[in-house]
Amino acid sequence: MIKNIIEVKNLSKSFDISSRKQGLKGTLKHFFKREIKSIKVIKNINFEIKEGEIIGFLGANGAGKTTILKMLCGLIYPSEGTISVSGYFPFRRKDNFLKNITLVMGQKQQLIWDLPPIESVYLNSSIYEINQFEAEKRIRKLSDMLEIEDELYIPVRKLSLGQRMKSELLAALIHNPKILFLDEPTLGLDINAQRNLRKFLKAYNEETNATICMTSHYMKDITSLCKRVICVHNGSISYDGKLDKLLKKLSPIKEVLIICRSEKNANELMNSGFTVKQKIKNEITLKIENSSITTSLKTILNKYDIEDLYINEPPVDEIIGKILRKKEYND
Amino acid sequence: MKLSKYFKVYTKFFYTSLASELEYKTNIIIDLITANLSLIGSIFLLSIFFQNTTDLGGWNFEQALIIQGIYTILNGITNTWFNPNLTEIVNHIREGTLDFVLLKPIDSQFYISLKKINPSGILEIIFGILLLIYCIKINEISINISFLILCLITIGCSICILYSLWFLISTTTIWFVKTWNATEVLRSFLYIGRFPLNSFSFSLRIFFSIFIPIAFITTIPSEVFLSIAQIWKIILEIVIALIFLFSSRRFWLFALKYYSSASS
Repeated sequence: MIKNIIEVKNLSKSFDISSRKQGLKGTLKHFFKREIKSIKVIKNINFEIKEGEIIGFLGANGAGKTTILKMLCGLIYPSEGTISVSGYFPFRRKDNFLKNITLVMGQKQQLIWDLPPIESVYLNSSIYEINQFEAEKRIRKLSDMLEIEDELYIPVRKLSLGQRMKSELLAALIHNPKILFLDEPTLGLDINAQRNLRKFLKAYNEETNATICMTSHYMKDITSLCKRVICVHNGSISYDGKLDKLLKKLSPIKEVLIICRSEKNANELMNSGFTVKQKIKNEITLKIENSSITTSLKTILNKYDIEDLYINEPPVDEIIGKILRKKEYND
Repeated sequence: MKLSKYFKVYTKFFYTSLASELEYKTNIIIDLITANLSLIGSIFLLSIFFQNTTDLGGWNFEQALIIQGIYTILNGITNTWFNPNLTEIVNHIREGTLDFVLLKPIDSQFYISLKKINPSGILEIIFGILLLIYCIKINEISINISFLILCLITIGCSICILYSLWFLISTTTIWFVKTWNATEVLRSFLYIGRFPLNSFSFSLRIFFSIFIPIAFITTIPSEVFLSIAQIWKIILEIVIALIFLFSSRRFWLFALKYYSSASS
């Protein structure tokens, strides 16, 4: 049985936030007397993550995804509840815990701006007490996987965003962490750079069995990497389970475009009891429930003279949009 | 704490920081010229004070030059290490890059205090040492081992006091987010350290000894140089340095509990 590497029980976090009214009067009032409100940004959440899993945290901006990641890696002290990551309470930030994890943030970087990434990588290797020989070996392996080589010797300020992110990952993974916390790692990258990064993360997970917890607003990241997702809505977990199941739940109907050999055929099909969305000459679009899609298609193909057919999946972005808006999915 | 690991990491800090600075050659040259002019200006200012008098708070010009020498060394250390690192704390906290520091298996105070260096400050340290050697000659000071040890201890304590003061102020950024002004005030107060403590009025002497112990950091090491320091003053400086170092450490660890990281 695969053991849990992360366990979170009844976790909550509140922040004191000062708000101010618009205009000069509001500014002056804010300067002399601040109205501090305590806002509960994470509300009593529970989940477990198994070793080697890739988990996607989904949610709208400000839903609490990054706060959860930061509590998991020990940057933010939880207000209530318990967290165990690799057997440690993260906030104590013990050396052995820190050697097991890494954090990569798409919008912040740790590479030294004026020097080639290789210098930052060697600096990290000395912090993690990795000897020169071992460091070289790991750099060779990771740069092969990430498909970077020459870029490691060019000052960071002259690299493209995609090259910088690859180098950032190399610097962050030099100590072979068991758990990766990735906060929007593909932010701002072009389509090819995003795809390369996803390919790398998948290969890294398969090769090292590292656990990956990631947030992303690019749905392709989630659908191609994460089998399981945790949806966060206003600080609470609205869904925790398989991505497939969620997608099926949110789109129970598929649209099937059928091109019949003749219009007569299409008319017969239209009157056969299926729900018709539209019909143009010999082309007919049917709405068929996911649960009966195989049997329905079998019947159609056997009974009618069909030239071609297309099954249209609803766009994932549209479904995810629903996830971000809705509150509860477990019912 | 593994000393060998910290030594290794520091050599990497030193090298990477030096390499970063050397990327901008003109900046280094301007900094070096500024360091030269700053020392010349300071000595010129001191000589103006002594134009109509031979005595400033009981110190003659040759003796006051010792204070100038120690001030130059401390200013050099400030420019080499404190300024590039401790002013960066504000950015670390505002931009949330402190996250990366806290997640490394290394002492965070060590990391943020020593990560960078500004090589032009090293020239100031060399100037300060040369000025002190010159002062030893013109003041006919005899050198022996105990003299050297005492000088090093008091200058070391001065560095600790200055560092701790600056670090304490920078740490408050965790609550107040912007504290550049406070560190600027501290830098301005440091200029006061160029003059003997006795040249100030009694109330200012008390202020600069108790509330902001700037006066300690140059006057006491200078008195040691002239072999006129009373032993209680040296002990007091050591005690103050230890209290400041300890307090800055405790305060940093305490403040980290309140660090909430910048939002993404």
